[in-house]
Amino acid sequence: MANLVALLAKLWERLARPVDSLLMAAALALVGVGLVTLFSATEQNIARVLGQAASLGLALVLMWVVANISPQQLSRVALPLYVISFFLLVAVAAGGTVVNGARRWLNLGVGRIQPSELMKIALPLMLAWYFQRREARINLGDFLVAAVLIAAPVWLIEREPDLGTALMIGACGFYVLYLAGLSWKIIVALGVAAAAAVPLVWPHLHAYRQERILTFLDPSRDPLGAGYHSAQASIALGSGGVIGKGWLNGTQTHLDFLPERHTDFIFAVFGEEFGLIGNAVLLVLYLLLIGRALVITANASTLFARLVAGSITLMFFTYAFVNMAMVSGLLPIVGVPLPLISFGGTALVSLFVGLGILMSVQANRKLVKT
Amino acid sequence: MRRLFTRRRSSLGLVAPELRNPERELAHFHRRLTVAAALIVVAFAGLFARFFYLQVVEHRHFQTLAESNRIAIVPIAPNRGVITDRNGVVLAQSYSAYTLEVTPSRVKNLEQTIDELSDVVEIQPRDRKRFKRLLEETKNFESLPLRTRLTDEEVARFAVNRYRFPGVEIKARLFRQYPFGEIASHVIGYIGRINDRDVERIDEWEQTANYKGTDYIGKVGLEFSYERELHGTTGFEEVEVDAGGRAVRTLSRTAPISGNNLRLSLDIKLQQAAEAAFGDRRGALVALDPATGEVLAFVSKPGFDPNLFVEGIDPANWDALNNSPDKPLLNRPLRGAYPPGSTIKPFLALSALTSGKRTATQAIFDPGFYQLPGSAHRFRDDKPGGHGYVDMTKSIIVSCDTYYYMLAGDTDIDVTHDFLAQFGFGAETGIDIEGELPGVLPSRDWKRQRFSGKNYREEQRKWYLGDSISAGIGQGYNAFTPMQQAMAIATIANDGIGFRPHLVHSVENVRTGELREYVPEVAHRLSVKPENLAVIRNALIGVPREGTSARAFVGAKYVSAGKTGTAQLFSIKEGEKYQSGRVDERLRDHAWYLAYAPAESPRIALAVLVENGGFGAQAAAPIARAVFDYYLLGVTPGGGSGESAREGDDESD
Repeated sequence: MANLVALLAKLWERLARPVDSLLMAAALALVGVGLVTLFSATEQNIARVLGQAASLGLALVLMWVVANISPQQLSRVALPLYVISFFLLVAVAAGGTVVNGARRWLNLGVGRIQPSELMKIALPLMLAWYFQRREARINLGDFLVAAVLIAAPVWLIEREPDLGTALMIGACGFYVLYLAGLSWKIIVALGVAAAAAVPLVWPHLHAYRQERILTFLDPSRDPLGAGYHSAQASIALGSGGVIGKGWLNGTQTHLDFLPERHTDFIFAVFGEEFGLIGNAVLLVLYLLLIGRALVITANASTLFARLVAGSITLMFFTYAFVNMAMVSGLLPIVGVPLPLISFGGTALVSLFVGLGILMSVQANRKLVKT
Repeated sequence: MRRLFTRRRSSLGLVAPELRNPERELAHFHRRLTVAAALIVVAFAGLFARFFYLQVVEHRHFQTLAESNRIAIVPIAPNRGVITDRNGVVLAQSYSAYTLEVTPSRVKNLEQTIDELSDVVEIQPRDRKRFKRLLEETKNFESLPLRTRLTDEEVARFAVNRYRFPGVEIKARLFRQYPFGEIASHVIGYIGRINDRDVERIDEWEQTANYKGTDYIGKVGLEFSYERELHGTTGFEEVEVDAGGRAVRTLSRTAPISGNNLRLSLDIKLQQAAEAAFGDRRGALVALDPATGEVLAFVSKPGFDPNLFVEGIDPANWDALNNSPDKPLLNRPLRGAYPPGSTIKPFLALSALTSGKRTATQAIFDPGFYQLPGSAHRFRDDKPGGHGYVDMTKSIIVSCDTYYYMLAGDTDIDVTHDFLAQFGFGAETGIDIEGELPGVLPSRDWKRQRFSGKNYREEQRKWYLGDSISAGIGQGYNAFTPMQQAMAIATIANDGIGFRPHLVHSVENVRTGELREYVPEVAHRLSVKPENLAVIRNALIGVPREGTSARAFVGAKYVSAGKTGTAQLFSIKEGEKYQSGRVDERLRDHAWYLAYAPAESPRIALAVLVENGGFGAQAAAPIARAVFDYYLLGVTPGGGSGESAREGDDESD
């Protein structure tokens, strides 16, 4: 008996060894909030909630596996993973499955995958691996190489069309460049160039995208479309007030006024039912998660680990911020889910893989402070 | 080290210099992280401020909005425009019927619900299958039809049981009906449920909101090409809903605007007469008004019943249509490219007159075959002993191959190509429905392009004199569509001015009564001398009078002009005689007839193709006769549509 207890304790110790408890706690709290909200958003469809919980199981297993891989080992798969992701994206462009009018999925016989999700992990690994190889010799040419490595997948995803994901992956790449020390002069210059490019790019945008942006500026343009969604989301949040309408009691949610309420707009459901207090708790949970991730990043032992951990951290932030800003009417409607909360198995898995990488970085941190 | 630094910095000046030193590098990294952390805090503070604004400052306002937000906006699909023939006979119309619809996200157990529903209304396995397919294709916030066209009794029975089925409702939807079924099916086309590809199309038109209440969209034919005219503008209704989300009363209503009606240039009676003349043979017919390019009849046989497609065709019917060796879904006038055979001869003769290679009276001697210098191969004429002395007029009337073998031997293929291109061969005619193929008008460049790439050798890309000889009697690489042929003969009929073929005569806005008529558009003007054109037109009159199609036009009460043609599908060995009876039906030659009438002031020009019909004179010319008789005299042939002519022994092509 004592043996068994000792064995279990040993097993638990092994299981818990690479897991960072603070990161884990914040992430699980967020997923918990997500499942509770999902139950309400899907009209108490327990099958959906269980489906998402099953994805969580898989995500945790993968997180643990990744957390056990040291950053050095991880850096070895960076190049092959990037190449594979890239070719999968090309395959999607050539013959992917069309869902809701966009070609994003690839049918592999056993199931469909969304290669852009894979690229979310592969791109920061690839860039960090590249900068690690060039450590102490990094010059402008390296940043140009990195820019190409970012631009190619972004272009392919943009053409799917999936502007939201393309922008996110572009941002993810940019974060690596920023953390690798890209000069502020260039960053400012890029910002100015991007602003200047708007009038040039505008005529070439998909008509429905132009429409979305115009509707953002003037919601009354489109009473049946995006402006309506945005207005309804604001009403949902605003009517929630300080303490919210209570779980399962959001009228906006349950009277069908909210679009995409279990995916991109799930935050509106949450804000309606749990109010400002709920929102504050949610922000704190995200800050906890991101703050812990920043600490892990700061203590990382190698350039590779720093860049990977830093870009994953900033991605978490970007997703959370863009989604909440979009739902609350601060940004135009782009298809970006709320990390760890929106319904979607693939996204959940890739987020937990990201957490796994952070945990691996933490487990292999510098032990002696210099 | 220090110097290296400075030099680098001066040459680039863009990379932060600290990066050269590990400790500085780390400090730099930490500074960047700090900046990022500060930004994150600011951003979240901004979000919190926004939430505070929405949920505290403006809470009252939004609460009022949410409470009065019992108003849902419901789109109302417009009536799709009606398609009529030139005399106002309806070819496609919409009608309203009840459907049983399920909103999957509101139903807890779909299978069970459907099982229970089947006690109330009849639900067949194919309904289930179709529903399943729809379920996979669409997001589950929309309601999807499970059964269409409910009977009044079924509607009543469901209404009584409605409380048992949350998320299931009865809706009145518009359906499309094609009263003529197979007749002109390739012209009219059909509509079907909007799929992902259609969604992309709608996005491109910026019509996403306008298709909110629409489930169907044009897929083929005019329904596809004139989708934007036919669809109309979606209206919407503001309805007040109760706490359960059901509509209680209508607050305001913006009426939909019906789609525009299409009036075609097609004459459905002529179309019926033409289709009847085909019997159960496969083929195509295009009849044009040579003075405007208006399409009077457009036959593709066999056809299909467009009504089968509207609600999603079932697999059995689909397999039958899609796998039939008769290819009923193929739009033959636009997508069937066939060798023109001897119908190319009048165009080549006109080319020879224009280039000066031949005069009208210049005669050759035809021994029944043609040999290239230095070659033992004999290109045979189909009259064994030959036609003797043959001038240009006779060459067309008796369709003498040897005359054209010689002409082709004397003429550069690129000269021929450039002349024939004026008629529109080898290019899309620009008719107002989609899917047209350009066919092939061979030239040196074309052959080089066609056989480019690694799989071909240089010898295969070169143009040979033998290629020209085959092309000279409309065989070889030539492949024209019936639409191109009709346009070409209409150009001859209209003194060298060809109009772009057009199916829609006018578009009527139902609301304003405004009528937009199609203005005929000149597609090409031949650069030929009138006297040369007169030679050709004169010879074409001789064909039904005394030439290859004389038997089909015995006793005609008008003067017509025409040319027969036979497109060989496989070659006959030298010395062997083609005997249609001995050849498998599907390998028999295709029969062509190009014609117009009345010869002096043509009102109709047409191209007929009968697949595997044998000689043009036998199979195709009688169909042209039947169409002319109907169009010019109003006579409908009793019974067998020229079967008697078919029996004849007139085997000269």
